[in-house]
Amino acid sequence: MKDLVIKLNNIKKIYNAENEEARVYALKGINLEVKKGEFIAIMGASGSGKSTLMNILGFLDTPTEGEYYLEGEKVNTFSKDELAEIRNKKLGFVFQSFNLLSRTTAFDNVKLPLLYSRPRPKDSEISRRVLNALEMVGLKERKNHLPSQLSGGEQQRVAIARALVNNPSIILADEPTGNLDSKRSKEIMDIFTELNKYGITIILVTHEHDIAEYAKRVIEMRDGSILKDTGGK
Amino acid sequence: MIFYALLDAYRSILKNKTRSFLTMLGIIIGITSVVVMLSIGLGVQKQVESQIGSMGVNLITIFPGTFRQGSARMGGGSISRLSIADVEKIRREATLVNAISPLYRINTQIIGSAGNWYTTVYGVSEDYFKIRGWEFSHGEGFSESAVRTKARVCVLGLTVATNIFGSADVVGEEVRISGNRYTILGVLASKGASGGMGDQDDQVLVPYTTFETRISRWRYINQILVSAVSKDVMYAAQEEIRNILRESHKLAANAEDDFTIGNQTDLLEAFNQTTMLLTIFLASIAGISLVVGGVGIMNIMLVSVTERTREIGIRIAIGARERDILLQFLLESIVLCFTGGIIGIALGVGISFVLERFFNMTVVFSIPVFLLAFIFSISVGVFFGFYPARKAAMLNPIEALRYE
Repeated sequence: MKDLVIKLNNIKKIYNAENEEARVYALKGINLEVKKGEFIAIMGASGSGKSTLMNILGFLDTPTEGEYYLEGEKVNTFSKDELAEIRNKKLGFVFQSFNLLSRTTAFDNVKLPLLYSRPRPKDSEISRRVLNALEMVGLKERKNHLPSQLSGGEQQRVAIARALVNNPSIILADEPTGNLDSKRSKEIMDIFTELNKYGITIILVTHEHDIAEYAKRVIEMRDGSILKDTGGK
Repeated sequence: MIFYALLDAYRSILKNKTRSFLTMLGIIIGITSVVVMLSIGLGVQKQVESQIGSMGVNLITIFPGTFRQGSARMGGGSISRLSIADVEKIRREATLVNAISPLYRINTQIIGSAGNWYTTVYGVSEDYFKIRGWEFSHGEGFSESAVRTKARVCVLGLTVATNIFGSADVVGEEVRISGNRYTILGVLASKGASGGMGDQDDQVLVPYTTFETRISRWRYINQILVSAVSKDVMYAAQEEIRNILRESHKLAANAEDDFTIGNQTDLLEAFNQTTMLLTIFLASIAGISLVVGGVGIMNIMLVSVTERTREIGIRIAIGARERDILLQFLLESIVLCFTGGIIGIALGVGISFVLERFFNMTVVFSIPVFLLAFIFSISVGVFFGFYPARKAAMLNPIEALRYE
């Protein structure tokens, strides 16, 4: 059980819980275990609850009911600040629309999570880690470019570097290739595969089957429940 | 952490130079006017103080009639009188009085060999120069014997001397007042022009006995000036004079005084109160513009928060705490106000300097005023920046990340 990164126990998310008629069950009791080093694709139609699950996994949202254990610790009881620290140190986010700060160079974008790290690393350490992360996604040469000067694929690679820079144990990617053509998508997925080899747990949401192919485990969701789980291959 | 956040705030402000400057303009105008108004107000106060200080040594003045404030009994001066008999009685009986002089006054034309001049002629005793602390630039004042003999001698103020003779070196020359020739014994050193009391150098002094017989037959004196023996007995001396005058005027025990006694300190306090009120009033008006500037800051900060909703979402997602976001936006508004405040203080000092240099106004540059303006500008930043910053910190990251 030591290598269990995430354990969800009967997680429910109910919107408008106080109003019976408008009540929406986004998640109807999810049980999920994720081991260290897994590569998981969560699939499902829109409205299936996969984004809600991602938000809860990423501590951007809190479940209405159920327990969430991260590396053996129950996180439901954590304060907002503690959750912010977990997001900063243990998680890396990659979004469909890249979500880089405009008018900010690739270098400074990647640097951002380190600025919120406590204790804050030394400037030389920050610089070393940012360049390392950029090198891993093959963009070291373009560190001084602004997002507007980069292609979509390159922007997403900067976003991945940003997710990597704090050495997270989990990367959460929400439709990371949704805005990219198939060639760029392949580049991005190759990077994820590579990172997974280093032992980083990757959970991504997608509705494209060829993207899900890269994952070792596919979870399919429908109406707020897990419909199918291939389990670890 | 604060240092980096400050740096970030500056960078973010520099990204929108025009907008930041226009936002700051409100604060700049507000702080500039606060600084200018306070500098002018303090200047007026300083001027009044030095003026009143220059009026004389332990000076007590007695006016006929009552000027009671806040009651219907005003301007009783037309009924009661002060006379030379009162002066003599005080001189004989008062123990706390050092020097005393009556004061007659008339505005008239005086004629000299080199021209003429319309001025105020005062009839005073030989003590007057001591009481008022007048120094001489040339010559000297008249003596007790000149007063006794009703001598036709006079002392000129500097303005009079220079306007008639073009020089202050006129001792021994003659001027004509009301058809009589007067020998000039001395010329007073300048006390300078003053705001409230006119040009103190524009006067001619003659012995009061001469004034009574040759210039005006009006036997009621305008004012009695007394110098108390020391600063500490001012009020005791006042009380003593009051009793002497009540006796002299044969007032019944329950009757009110038919004269008014005042001293420098009272006068100073009265003036200080007035100028302080004026200063506060001016500064408040300036303060309003500062508040308007603050509202401008708040408005722009709200726009900025809305514009950067997605950025805030990203920052929260990668680990910013609520207080990090709060601090980020609060610092931006504080930096805006701080910068505006510095520019405002510099401008305010510049304008005050120009007023002093080219418009002959007395201004006081006071460090506390600058500090006040400085603290005020930062307070505006905190006060008007807090709401937008809090709004930013409370954003829901999921919605913020979805924001277009």
